[in-house]
Amino acid sequence: MLEVFIFATLNGLVTGLLLFMLASGLTLIFSMMGVLNFAHASFYMLGAYFAFSISQYIGFWAGLIFAPLIVGVLGALVERYGLRRVHKSGHVAELVFTFGLAFLIEEIIQFVWGRDTKNYQYPDLLDFPLFTLFGQEFSAYRGFMIAISIGIFICLYRVLTKSRIGIIIQAAITHPNTVANLGHNVPLVFMGVFGVGTALAGLAGVIAGPVLTTFPGMAAVLGSIVFVIVVIGGLGSLAGAFIASLLIGLLQSYAIASDVGMADFLNLIGVSFERSHPLNDLWTLTLPQVAPILPYLLLVLVLVFRPTGLLGKREE
Amino acid sequence: MGLIKKLSVWIGYLVALLVAPLFFDSILAISILNQMTIAIIFALSYNMLLGQGGMLSFGHAVYFGLGGFLAVHALILIEHETVFFSITFIPAIGGIIGLLAAVFIGSFSTRKAGTVFAMISLGIGELVASSSLIFSDFFGGEAGISGDRTFGPLFFGFDFAQNIEIYYLSAVWVFIATIFMYLFTQTPAGRMANAVRENPERAEFIGYSARKVRFISFCASGLFAGIAGGLFALNYEFITEENLNAITSGRVLLMAYIGGLGYFIGPIIGAVILTLMNSLLSNYSELWMLYLGIMFLLTVMFLPKGFAGFIMMHQTAWVKGSLKQLAVPYLITGIPALLFSTACVAIIEMSASEEEVFHYLGMELNPHSIFTWVIAIIIVVASFYATRRSLLQLANAWESANEIPDSKDSES
Repeated sequence: MLEVFIFATLNGLVTGLLLFMLASGLTLIFSMMGVLNFAHASFYMLGAYFAFSISQYIGFWAGLIFAPLIVGVLGALVERYGLRRVHKSGHVAELVFTFGLAFLIEEIIQFVWGRDTKNYQYPDLLDFPLFTLFGQEFSAYRGFMIAISIGIFICLYRVLTKSRIGIIIQAAITHPNTVANLGHNVPLVFMGVFGVGTALAGLAGVIAGPVLTTFPGMAAVLGSIVFVIVVIGGLGSLAGAFIASLLIGLLQSYAIASDVGMADFLNLIGVSFERSHPLNDLWTLTLPQVAPILPYLLLVLVLVFRPTGLLGKREE
Repeated sequence: MGLIKKLSVWIGYLVALLVAPLFFDSILAISILNQMTIAIIFALSYNMLLGQGGMLSFGHAVYFGLGGFLAVHALILIEHETVFFSITFIPAIGGIIGLLAAVFIGSFSTRKAGTVFAMISLGIGELVASSSLIFSDFFGGEAGISGDRTFGPLFFGFDFAQNIEIYYLSAVWVFIATIFMYLFTQTPAGRMANAVRENPERAEFIGYSARKVRFISFCASGLFAGIAGGLFALNYEFITEENLNAITSGRVLLMAYIGGLGYFIGPIIGAVILTLMNSLLSNYSELWMLYLGIMFLLTVMFLPKGFAGFIMMHQTAWVKGSLKQLAVPYLITGIPALLFSTACVAIIEMSASEEEVFHYLGMELNPHSIFTWVIAIIIVVASFYATRRSLLQLANAWESANEIPDSKDSES
């Protein structure tokens, strides 16, 4: 039981930190521009595909550096020539634009790389068990994922709170006009934040690609979960996104690892049903089965009872 | 006069619905027409939310799908003779289920519009779609459930075995549903939906509960989405999880947006365009989804009010009688723009094609020769440049065509 728990925690931590890498960019972009970027997970997918292509020619490590850069530049271009244009048509148009962009990126990826799953492998350098616990191995690559995610989190936090550019960004979020009057190029700051946010998503794609498989549906798998996190954490709150990422990561991991179900609960209260009962599906429900829908359930509950999210202040 | 004018639009719509299968009578055409009728109701119901009520939903397929699933279950019940009524009323069952679902979900999701509403709808959409896979007895899992529409009592001698019979049934349903949805926009509730969309605070100040107004629109929208789902069930006689997941929700958003949200006719145009693209373009190219995505993004960027908005832009010029002045400038811009897009399509298709000879618009191109590529790229660059250059004269012509004469001139 303990080993299951420990490994579920570790896996939840890996997923949660990975999700945070996506959610941090998304929530930064939201607090700047008020746009929930639907295409955010698509940039994550682009990161994985670029890294795959680069790793074919140069190697994994080159992909780790260059793929996020390419994705970031693409993201900045999208902001400059797409979003900024749509901005004057209002928020709904912006949301719909990013929604269409997500659709288009998926199609473009299928067009360029094909529909099949890509054999994107992590480097041999990290192909060893980091430690063995209760006879189960924890791979070094997962450890590497945790290290990178935490490193990014610390960097982001330092840059945003301590550096000059971070202070300009923070000011531009709340008082864009004042910041512009002080002589800063606010549209450029917006473009930069969008670029960095998408680059972070790309980086998440690079390191997640080998573990979560690189295929055209990988954006759809994570896309809506990341939304859930950003909303649960409170729109625009970086710390909230961090907590919600870990929460969702652990929640899913525990739910999958556990083997309790409705039947156990019914046994506990001494009720049993025939297999032919019309609601048979309901009585035989198990926790691993409902794991994928737990985040959405949480989302709806949070939005109904606390629309601002866990740490959000923004009331619309 | 106004009434006659309005009535003539509706009669024209009815005639178009009834006459369409006489002109397009192949099996494919009938099936496309059937899809269109379903898409029209569904897109119009979506427009009630987003266009009129300002509620961006990413889970509208829930009401469509639930209506459809219950409709198929009703078909099964009719087949087993548990219940006894004509299948012509199946869409009504779908509608009732859509309404019930909307009453339940709307009771908590319409409290806020904007991002909160959009996120709740997304969450509910994912929740229902994933749950439908878990409860496989009722929803049939990945394979879905199927029924048979030829059972039950005959309706004036029709058993609806043929697609054309279903088409006429759908046409009647579409016509009635369209009328009711139009009438809804004219009711105080429909008018207030517009007011709440524009400024909920002011609406509250004059004594309306923004939440209640949203809730009413939301329920009406769910009702019509359910009717569309019921028609879907009748037409295809099966329904799967795909009909209530994000794919269908996204498609209806695309339809309504491309057609034009602000106008009642917009979603009808969008539904027709997208259904045609869906069924015709997919025969010519495997990449049609790519073109659809590009078209969608271009629409959002350059025609924020959709196709209907583009048509309505010409109203001033139409009233002024200066529409003729625009014809030549449109041609001057349109021809290089058309050339540009066909050349772009050629390049995309050539890079996807693996065959030796590539047939395109009656030409035989060789995708392996550099010569073909160079020519194609030259055409793309040149036509793009020509289009850009011509935009200035179009803008000038547009300005002079829409110029409102000074009051002095009109007096003299």
